[in-house]
Amino acid sequence: MSDYRVIEAKSSVFFDRYERKPELQQQTHYCPGCGHGVVHKLIAEAIEDLGLQDRTILVSPVGCSVFAYYYFNTGNVQAAHGRTPAVATALKRSHPESIVIGYQGDGDLAAIGMSEIVHAANRGEKFTIFFVNNAIYGMTGGQMAPTTLVGQMSTTTPWGRRPSNEGFPLHMAELLATLEAPVYIERVALCDNKNIMRTRKAVRKALELQRDAAGFSFVEILSPCPTIWKMTPAEARNWVAEKMLPVFPLGVLRDRKLPPSGNAVPPQHSVAELLELAAPGEAPSTLQPPRAPLPGLAVNIAGFGGQGILLLGQVLAEMGLRAGQEVSWLPSYGPEMRSGSAHCHVCLANERVGSPLVEHPQVLVAMNEPSLRKFAAQVAADGLVLYNRDALPAGFSVPQARVYCVPASEIADRLGAAKTANMVMLGALLELTHALPAETALAVLQTKVRNPALLEINRHALDAGAERIRKAVPPAILTTA
Amino acid sequence: MRQLCKGNVAVVKGALLAGCRAYYGYPITPASEIAEAAAELLPQAGGTFLQAESEVAAINMVYGAAAAGLRVLTASSGPGISLMQEGLSYLAGAELPCVIVDVGRGGPGLGNIAPEQGDYFALVKGGGHGNYRNLVLAPASVQEMADLTMLAFDLADRYRNPAVVLTDGYIGQMMEPLELRAHDVPQPEKPWAVCGTPETRQNLITSIYMEPDVLEAHVRKLEAKYRQAAQAEARYELYCADEPEVLLVGYGIVSRVLRSAVDLARAQGVRAGLFRPITLWPFPSQALARAARRCQSVFVVEMSTGQMVEDVRLALDGRVDVEFFGRVGGNVPLAEEVCQELLVRMGMTVDWGV
Repeated sequence: MSDYRVIEAKSSVFFDRYERKPELQQQTHYCPGCGHGVVHKLIAEAIEDLGLQDRTILVSPVGCSVFAYYYFNTGNVQAAHGRTPAVATALKRSHPESIVIGYQGDGDLAAIGMSEIVHAANRGEKFTIFFVNNAIYGMTGGQMAPTTLVGQMSTTTPWGRRPSNEGFPLHMAELLATLEAPVYIERVALCDNKNIMRTRKAVRKALELQRDAAGFSFVEILSPCPTIWKMTPAEARNWVAEKMLPVFPLGVLRDRKLPPSGNAVPPQHSVAELLELAAPGEAPSTLQPPRAPLPGLAVNIAGFGGQGILLLGQVLAEMGLRAGQEVSWLPSYGPEMRSGSAHCHVCLANERVGSPLVEHPQVLVAMNEPSLRKFAAQVAADGLVLYNRDALPAGFSVPQARVYCVPASEIADRLGAAKTANMVMLGALLELTHALPAETALAVLQTKVRNPALLEINRHALDAGAERIRKAVPPAILTTA
Repeated sequence: MRQLCKGNVAVVKGALLAGCRAYYGYPITPASEIAEAAAELLPQAGGTFLQAESEVAAINMVYGAAAAGLRVLTASSGPGISLMQEGLSYLAGAELPCVIVDVGRGGPGLGNIAPEQGDYFALVKGGGHGNYRNLVLAPASVQEMADLTMLAFDLADRYRNPAVVLTDGYIGQMMEPLELRAHDVPQPEKPWAVCGTPETRQNLITSIYMEPDVLEAHVRKLEAKYRQAAQAEARYELYCADEPEVLLVGYGIVSRVLRSAVDLARAQGVRAGLFRPITLWPFPSQALARAARRCQSVFVVEMSTGQMVEDVRLALDGRVDVEFFGRVGGNVPLAEEVCQELLVRMGMTVDWGV
């Protein structure tokens, strides 16, 4: 049985006996006169009175209150140093009906966790943060906190906090009150009974707002730390009143309702719809088997970014896929900037594709001169080069391959859509290689080009590319120079 | 229906099929398409997508969602993975299941955005503090980006531990056929989760154990889990591996190149085979030792200066000669290059027949 005498009823939100604590299970680990005990009591009583115990998840930080879960008979999650607002964000979003309370000290919240608290507040996460500010690091033994006062001694400010070296104390309540989203921000203090009652009210209000799904609520509590301050509990309370209050003025900094949001609501679909899944009973998709086995093909398509290089490769790969082939499409990728070089490798095969890197393309589509010069030597013996001009550069040759000069950009310009130069080249490529039926190209394009007029131009571009090749045989343009 | 799909997008499709409805992440090339696909797809399936303010915040949001009992995903690349390492240690310590995708890029530091495999040590050997392991899967195709993401969720839940899909910029960026089939995903019971309900009120998620004996017992419990996973979860693939004289070993995009290199080497008269680890942790050591039993040598190829090769050497324990060839900086070895290197080291000359 208990070896102590209950002199006052304890909130039912506290455990009867602190069994998670290794020893001295009838008392807390906090020092005499520490503010944490008072704050814990106010929070527990508010949870009890508001009937929120079963719904509450307490997130404890790193710092003296790391073991808050010893005491609160609620759901408990312990978080890494400073990350309580990030952990709380996901807890609350995962279970919107829960009451999520983040409990943080000054080092946790205002130093290492500054980013997480600002962003959670700015998103208006619908949880509550109780921020216990005692202007010092307690658990690690008295180092400077971001809220340490100017001139205040600590083990890491042996001559007192000097603004020239450590800057000024951070005012978290004021800082967060510059944001749009928070609905309630108040600073209170544990310096005397009147202020403890004000703190009690603020704690309740914050939790009521969360219960009502109002938005982000934040209470900063100026709190005594007699042990580290090397004071008696009474002296420490006075120090809060005399030294901290002038620097951290008390009061409500934010109390308002958020206007109704005009958020767009995403449409809802089943996973099967979203992923266009085969129905459960449906046979595996054996696509239209090719009429005759199609030859495999390894292609390198290269040019400037913006010439539709990657799209040309994708259309080709998708055509292969529709014809029942194994395919791969491998892009060069880079920073999202225009007018750099771009290329992609496409493999069409009748068995599993090994390396998707095309080392010796059977076809090189060179949409500009630098690409031609860069990749021509890699083209396989008896391969093809499709070059986007009406002649090769003077003195340049590709001895091992057949070269077709197809001025695709000019042809596309004449069709009225410079961007379809890639489809002119596709038309030429299909006409030359018979790798895939040309009608598949249109079917694929129909899924990518929604505008009927533009689709028509693409069709003309495919035809024009094929036509160019048909007219070029016998090899008027077969210039291996 | 088979669809042409980008590797990074396949990750999200697999995750959706596995019942994942939560994504918290921060954009980075070459992994950003994962965040973009999650932003588009998850909210339409009633899920949550949130772009975090940093990878540090993202991994701690993953911690929160996992603690809440959800199947949760995040993705990043080298520099962002470095920032997530603290969180991975906490997740393992608190026994929270989740899936992290690393689409590898060139390092160290900012390096570049081209594909590399330099994060092997960071994820297979650790990276965060303390005694823990990640379960690590290495896809080699777009289809596997989906399939292994789904498997990663199952393994993460089975072992209550983070599971990592370790891939690279090329597998992430490339497009290949992807076939997804509707299937019932048995969502495991998570009686330990903290959900803000009466039934879960007594639950506590934490990684702090102040008493040395208690922490030791906890670490021993994790260790026992890892031993069990090492026995049960090693996965690999073989190609042309019946009595090869030389066994090529590589994972991810490199294994694709090696598949072509094996074909080239065989055309040169070398009986080459391929061993592809699918799980990097646990490493399929026994299977590798078996496959390499009668080999003259094992040839390890990586896009690193040699990280996995240490596990290969441990698995073979000096019984077989281990050679290594690596490219870095975002360069991907070519099949011909690998074949040539292989033949040179075997004291042969190459005849490409051209």
